[in-house]
Order: sequence, then C-alpha cells, then structure tokens
Amino acid sequence: MGGAGNYEGAMVRSIMMLLLCQLAGTVVQEGTGLPIPGPVMGLVLLLGLLIWRGGPSQSLHDTAGGFLKYLGLLFVPAGVGVVTELQVLKANALAIAVAIPVSTILGLVVTGVLMQRLLRGKADA
Amino acid sequence: MHSLLPLPFFHVWSYLQTQPLMGLTATLCTWELACFIDIKAGHKPITNPTFLSITLLACALLVTGTPYSAYFNGAQYVHFLLGPATVALAIPMYANRHSIKKHFVPIFISLTTGSIVAAVSAMLIARALGAPHDVLVSLGPKSVTTPIAMAVAQNLGGQPPLTAVFVMITGVFGAIICTGVFWLVRVKDWRAQGLAAGTAAHGLATARMILINETAGAYGGVAIGLNGIITSIMLPLLVNIFGF
Repeated sequence: MGGAGNYEGAMVRSIMMLLLCQLAGTVVQEGTGLPIPGPVMGLVLLLGLLIWRGGPSQSLHDTAGGFLKYLGLLFVPAGVGVVTELQVLKANALAIAVAIPVSTILGLVVTGVLMQRLLRGKADA
Repeated sequence: MHSLLPLPFFHVWSYLQTQPLMGLTATLCTWELACFIDIKAGHKPITNPTFLSITLLACALLVTGTPYSAYFNGAQYVHFLLGPATVALAIPMYANRHSIKKHFVPIFISLTTGSIVAAVSAMLIARALGAPHDVLVSLGPKSVTTPIAMAVAQNLGGQPPLTAVFVMITGVFGAIICTGVFWLVRVKDWRAQGLAAGTAAHGLATARMILINETAGAYGGVAIGLNGIITSIMLPLLVNIFGF
C-alpha cells in the first residue's frame, strides 16, 4: 500500500519536473527573445539534467512514456483548427499540393543518401 | 419552432456550447473511435488516428455549425499537454545517447542538410506558385514534430493551426512513400533510413519505421528531437536569408 502511495507521489513529482523544465524554458525564451520555443528549451534543459544526474528515475521514465504514447492525441485540438484555415488552404491549394510532396521526397533522399555515405563501413556500437 | 422541438433541448444544447465538457469529451471519444478504426484496418498510414480524428472532428464542427473557439474551449486541456510532452522527448533522446555520441558528426551533417533542403525547397516552391508570407512561414517547419513546428511558426508570424495541418499532411505522405523512396535511391542502412524518416516526416514516418526495424525506429526518434532543435534555430535565419 505504502509503495503504491509513494509511486503516485513520484508521478506527481515527474509531471512537476516536466512542467518546471517547460516553465524555465519559457522564462528564458520570453526573457531573451530567442526564436527557440520554450518547450524545446525545456527539452534541452531536461536532457542536460539527465546527462548530469545520470538518467531518469523509473517514475520519470514511465511518466514521459505515458505522454509520448498519446502524442498523437495531443495534436488533435490544434489540427481541428484547420476549419478556421479552409479559405487559406483553398486559395493556396496548388502551392501546397506541390511543395509538400516534393520537399518531403527531397528531405528523405538527401538525409538518407548522405547518412549512408558517411556511415559506410562504420558498424554500430 | 417552439411547438416542433422541445425547448429544453435547445436550452441544454446552447448551455453545453458554452462549457468545456463537450469539446473535451468529443476529442477523447473521436480519438477512441479513430484508434478502433486504425486497428481494424491494420495500421495503414492513411488510417493514422491523428489524421482520422482531425478529419472527423473538423467535419462535425462544420456540419453542426459549431465555432472552433467553442470546441477549443474544452479541447485546450488536451492541447496544453503538448508542452510537457515536448519536454518528455528528452527521455528517448537520453536513452539513445551512446549511439548519437558515436555517430554524432554523420548524424549532425546529414540531418542539418536534409532539414534545410526540405524546409527551403518547400518555401521556394510555394513562393514560386504564389503563396503569401504567412503561408510560407507556416510551411517552413512542416517536417518537425507538431508542438515544435507550431511554436516555430508562431514565432515567425505564421498560422499555428495551418502549420499543424501541413505537419500532418507531410507525416502521412512521408509514412506512405518512405520505404519506396529508400528502395529507389538504394538507401539500405537502417540507421540512414530511420534518420531520414524522422528528419523529413517526423513521428508519423518514424512510427512506420519502428514497425519494420528497431534500429531505424531509434534513429527516427533521435531525428525528431534533433531536427526540432535545429529547425528552431535555423529556420528564422533561413527565412531572413531567402527573404520569405
């Protein structure tokens, strides 16, 4: 019983950790006017902390896993915002229909071919 | 009117439209339905639950004439979690730190080049076809995972909802074509495939690679995080250089 209670406390602490990193990142972003979004700054900060402190606790690992498992759901509210952009999409339909497929293929080819060349003969760890 | 439809129905409906409960419940119900369809269809790229949910909810709003602001009043509680979820990306990146460290130079060079090519080519093509400034800067971060892409677009004066749609189209398209493209240009190294999928088409293409090969999936995860950071830094500079 006590174990379960501790675990729930640990989960709250893990969420607090994620929010504190985001908050610190946002404070830095707003304060310095850097173009890097607050949550990204929070990501870098947490990565630094993990390297410094030697890895996440089991609870932070599980909590982060929980957030990332439902990442797809978290995009939905913003995506539904498409209803406010239908005019813009219609007005730029051709530009969007050409730019996205072509640039995505170029990105895949350039990254993949370059990475394969640079890794040639290098086995993984 | 009053005699045809019972007044309490209107009363309840208009009351619910002012409350967060409807938008939040609708989002979760639609997500569950979309996941069910995706499982039944065998995880096809086109039945991606995010893509399905957005399409279903957008249609529901248009059909019922519900304004987006009324829906978002409830959905904002889900939307807020994107921030901590972005921070949480640090954990898989930490888990892959040895591999990233070992191949850091090849990863950094390939990822940065691919990221710049994808962003600049998209904006150049769209500009040539007459797209205005706010569409161009909304298009720039389309290869990055949604929370980062939306924040980058907002900082550049774009439309975050438009960016979310572009990110989704890019991801679905990338997930469908990535294996075919790798076959065509003879990219066989799993690490290169995963990195390319994550760089050009973020989580949706990475999710596809995870199903094929574990190493490819891990490199996809690395690419999502690193490309998010690199795009946040590079895109404002690129927009200035090319004058988008």
